[in-house]
Amino acid sequence: MSTTPSLFDLKKLHHARSARFGDPEPVDPTPTAQFTVADMNFFYGDFHALHDLNLQLPEMRVTGLIGPSGCGKSTFLRTLNRMYETIPRTRVTGSIRFGQSDLLEFSPTLLRRRVGMVFQKPSPFPKSIFDNIAYGLRVNNLCKSRDLKNKVEECLRRAALWDEVKDKLHESAFSLSGGQQQRLCIARALAVEPDVLLLDEPCSALDPIATAKIEDLIFDLRRSCTIIIVTHNMLQAARISDYVGFFLQGKLIEFDAARKMFQFPSNKLTEDYITGRFG
Amino acid sequence: MSDSRRSKQKSYPPTYKKVINVFMLSLTGIAALLVVSVLLFILGYLIWNGARSLNLNFFTKLPVPVGEQGGGMANAIVGSGKLLLLASMIGIPIGLLGGVYLAEFGKGPFSLAVRYTADLLNGVPSIVIGIFVYGLIVLPQHHFSTFAGGVALGIMMIPIALRSTDEFLRAVPNTLREGGLALGASKAQTVVTVIIPAAMQGIVTGIMLNLARVAGETAPLLFTAFGNQFWSSGWSGPTASLPVMIFNYAISPYEDWHRQAWAAGFVLLTGIFLTNIAARLLVSGGRARAGH
Repeated sequence: MSTTPSLFDLKKLHHARSARFGDPEPVDPTPTAQFTVADMNFFYGDFHALHDLNLQLPEMRVTGLIGPSGCGKSTFLRTLNRMYETIPRTRVTGSIRFGQSDLLEFSPTLLRRRVGMVFQKPSPFPKSIFDNIAYGLRVNNLCKSRDLKNKVEECLRRAALWDEVKDKLHESAFSLSGGQQQRLCIARALAVEPDVLLLDEPCSALDPIATAKIEDLIFDLRRSCTIIIVTHNMLQAARISDYVGFFLQGKLIEFDAARKMFQFPSNKLTEDYITGRFG
Repeated sequence: MSDSRRSKQKSYPPTYKKVINVFMLSLTGIAALLVVSVLLFILGYLIWNGARSLNLNFFTKLPVPVGEQGGGMANAIVGSGKLLLLASMIGIPIGLLGGVYLAEFGKGPFSLAVRYTADLLNGVPSIVIGIFVYGLIVLPQHHFSTFAGGVALGIMMIPIALRSTDEFLRAVPNTLREGGLALGASKAQTVVTVIIPAAMQGIVTGIMLNLARVAGETAPLLFTAFGNQFWSSGWSGPTASLPVMIFNYAISPYEDWHRQAWAAGFVLLTGIFLTNIAARLLVSGGRARAGH
């Protein structure tokens, strides 16, 4: 007796997305690359965490990264905004290009402003809701103080949080629920107008209703921002992604358009994983 | 479902369980009561013995010679205040900045060594710190001074301020550090605008408790600030302080000086007590605001 989803269920699910969000626009065959990763290897000290990655992450699309725990998908995400540099004894070889330029040409602070990141656990700063959103604008000097109020409202509206918090902007961000806190973190990341939003399992600490709201939000943002989302939840990847990358033991096994990958995976390992035979 | 299994477990008669419960509960209750009663006993004893000498004069007048009525310890109260001010100016900045370095920037063997050294310094008997400052400042200058006393207390404050700042900063979850960096803030900006504010309540509490602790130190003052029956102006002369005043008055053979020592003890304890309460309120108030 197995409760794992069959490949057939996933196909249905991917179609169910069309029913929920309306018919998706046709995915163009050759989108521009936001990130171009070539022969990339990643090491934690002596541990070889990522092996010879070669892929292009498309611009203005939602890319889901799936794979079992410890497969390197979060590590990969952290190479894209050089967040790995905060961990001692880490090393990258090969090249990652962001747009046309090498990632290492950017200063880390400028890069991280353009490549925003939201983490697994909601991590609002112990400040008011308003100050949380304004934080990125203030430290980067992106906004005159008289425009700040409008800008904060705009970000909260974009993250579909405005109606829930407009009467308590100056209360602590901790007064929000977990799902609201996570949407606040997304709004906070959007405030500095990043080109890319990296989401590292943003829903794993949330209940299904809060998860659905985040997914709606990702869907709303999908054409204004490149979104790369790491998820443990294959069903989630099927629901929201345009493209999917499957990682296993530090290697990229398959990368393809989501509808193709979930219906006709070209690799046996991918098929085994998405049909729940392991992982 | 498991009647058979339950019957296999060793069972005690209910009265036995009740007796054990009442007995153990009483023991823990008595122990808790003892802890509180020691403090209440000290406080009561101080009031009982010192309250008669505690009047407005105590806070406004200088000490008077033996046999004269009245007199107070105004100079000792001000002296203690001056010593604590100087100690804070030395101990707090060094401890605070060092703690920020240890928690946020220091990595590897050096910061381990600093932490360990701070813990050792914290364990150095206060009289040894007194002798050290005596050799360092008093002997070369050929006189006792408020400055030397402040330095001695300041040295005592450093390790506690350092370690409490370090601990409270390290208790800030790493997600906040990453959250700041992910928005394009530099490491230093993140520390100053997110991490330190997040730990602020704890850091301030640590410093207030630290102040309360050194306020009662006597040994390091005996041969640095020494003592004084009169006002001490400036920082270069010896000054009276409450703990040393208590010491000198308590070992004297005069009954009314003993009463004044009790009163000084009461004032000192009340000051420490109020500082402690203020620190706790500050922390709980901060928690309530942050919504924990």
